[in-house]
Amino acid sequence: MATEPIQEDFAGICVDSHGSAIGMPQLCADWIPNQVFWLVITLVVIFFVLSRIALPRIASVLAERQGTITNDIAAAEEFKRQATEAEKAYDKALADARAEAQGIAQKTREEIKVQLDEAIAEADRAIVAKAAESEKAIAEIRASALENIEIVAKDTAAAIVATMGGKADQDAISAAVGDRMKG
Amino acid sequence: MATEATHGAETAEHGAEAGGLVFHPMDQFIVKPLFGHGEVGMFTITNVTLWMAIAILVIVGLMVFGTRRRAVIPSRSQSVAELAYGFIHKMVEDVTGKEGLVYFPYIMTLFMFIVVANFLGLIPMSFTTTSHFAVTVVLALCVFLGVTILGFVKNGPSFLSMFWVSSAPLALRPVLAIIEIISYFVRPVSHSIRLAGNVMAGHAVIKVFAGFAGLAVISPLSVVAITAIYGLEVMVAFVQAYVFTILTCVYLKDALHPHH
Repeated sequence: MATEPIQEDFAGICVDSHGSAIGMPQLCADWIPNQVFWLVITLVVIFFVLSRIALPRIASVLAERQGTITNDIAAAEEFKRQATEAEKAYDKALADARAEAQGIAQKTREEIKVQLDEAIAEADRAIVAKAAESEKAIAEIRASALENIEIVAKDTAAAIVATMGGKADQDAISAAVGDRMKG
Repeated sequence: MATEATHGAETAEHGAEAGGLVFHPMDQFIVKPLFGHGEVGMFTITNVTLWMAIAILVIVGLMVFGTRRRAVIPSRSQSVAELAYGFIHKMVEDVTGKEGLVYFPYIMTLFMFIVVANFLGLIPMSFTTTSHFAVTVVLALCVFLGVTILGFVKNGPSFLSMFWVSSAPLALRPVLAIIEIISYFVRPVSHSIRLAGNVMAGHAVIKVFAGFAGLAVISPLSVVAITAIYGLEVMVAFVQAYVFTILTCVYLKDALHPHH
C-alpha cells in the first residue's frame, strides 16, 4: 500500500520522484526480467514439490482410502449375509417351537379327555347303582305301605262293623278288604 | 495514504488537484527491492521474490505438511489438500480424458501457484504477483508453447487439421482456417490478460474506494464499498485461478485430440 519514497536517482521511467507509479506498473519493462526470473524459480520449486512429494502422497492416501472403503463394504456385506442367516435360523427355531407347543397342547387335551371320559363313566356307574338302590328302597316302601294299608283297612272295617252292631268275622273282612284292594 | 504525509507541500498541491483526495491506486503494484533502494535487476531480491516465496511456503505447508500423517481419515489440512487434488484431477480427467492425466502435475502446479498467489494478494499490504502481465504472460506462454509443441509431437503435421474444419462446406474452410489460426494465436493473450486484468482491476478499485475514505462524509460508504469489493475479490481470486486452469485443460485437449 504505502510506498516508500524512492531516491530521485532511482526514479526511472516507472516511478516518479515521490515513489508513485507512473502509468501502469504492469507495463514497466525494467521490472519484467526480475519477475520472470523469480516466477520460473517459483514454478520449478512448486512443480518438484508437488510431483515428487505431495501428489504421490495424496494419490496413495486416496487409493488406500478407496481400498479401505471397498474392504469395509465387503465386510459389511458379509455381516449382512450372516445376519440374514441368523434370522432364518431364528425363524426356523420359532416355527419348531410353535409346532412342538401345538403337539404338547394336543397331547394334553387328549389326556384330559381320557381322564374326563373315565370320570364320566364312573359317575354314570355310580348313578346307575344309586338309582337301582333307590328303586329297591321305593319298592320296599311301597310294599310295606300296601301291607300297612291292608292292616289299617281291616282294622277300620272291623271297627266299622262293630260300631254298626254286627259281629265281625275276621276272615270275611280280610277277604272283603283283599277284594277291594285288588280293585 | 500514509505516503502523502511524508511528501509535504508538493503532495498537498498534487492532492489539491483531486479536490483534497489523493489516489494512487497503482502504487501497490510497484516492484521494489527488499533491501536498499537500488535498481531492480534480474536477480534482485524484490517484493516479487518475497511473495512468491510465501506462496511456495503456503503450498508446501498445505500439500506436504498438511498431508504428513497420510491419514485414512484426514485432518482438516489434509482434507483441503485432497480437495484441491481431487478438484484438479477430476477437471483434467473430464476435459482431456485419461491420457491427459500424465500432465496433471503441470496443471496442478499452475493452479496451486495462481490460486495461492491470488489469495495472498488479498492480504492487506501484500504484493499480488499475479496482477502483473509479466507473470501471467509467462504462465500463458508456457501453456501455449507446451500445448503447441505437444500437439505436433503427438500428432505430427496432422495437428494442423485442427484449423481445417472438415465439417464445414469446402468454400468456407479457408476462411474458417484463417479465423481458427487467429483465434489460436490470440489464446495466450486472452489467457494472460484475463487473469492479470481481473486481479489488478479489483485491487485498484479497492484502492480507489480507500482514497475516498479521506473525506469524512463519504468514508462510511467507502468502507462498506471496500468490504463489498473485497468479498467480490475473494470470489474472483478463486474463479480466475479456476478459469486459467480449465482453459489450460481445454487447450491441452486440443493438442491431444486435434480433430473436431
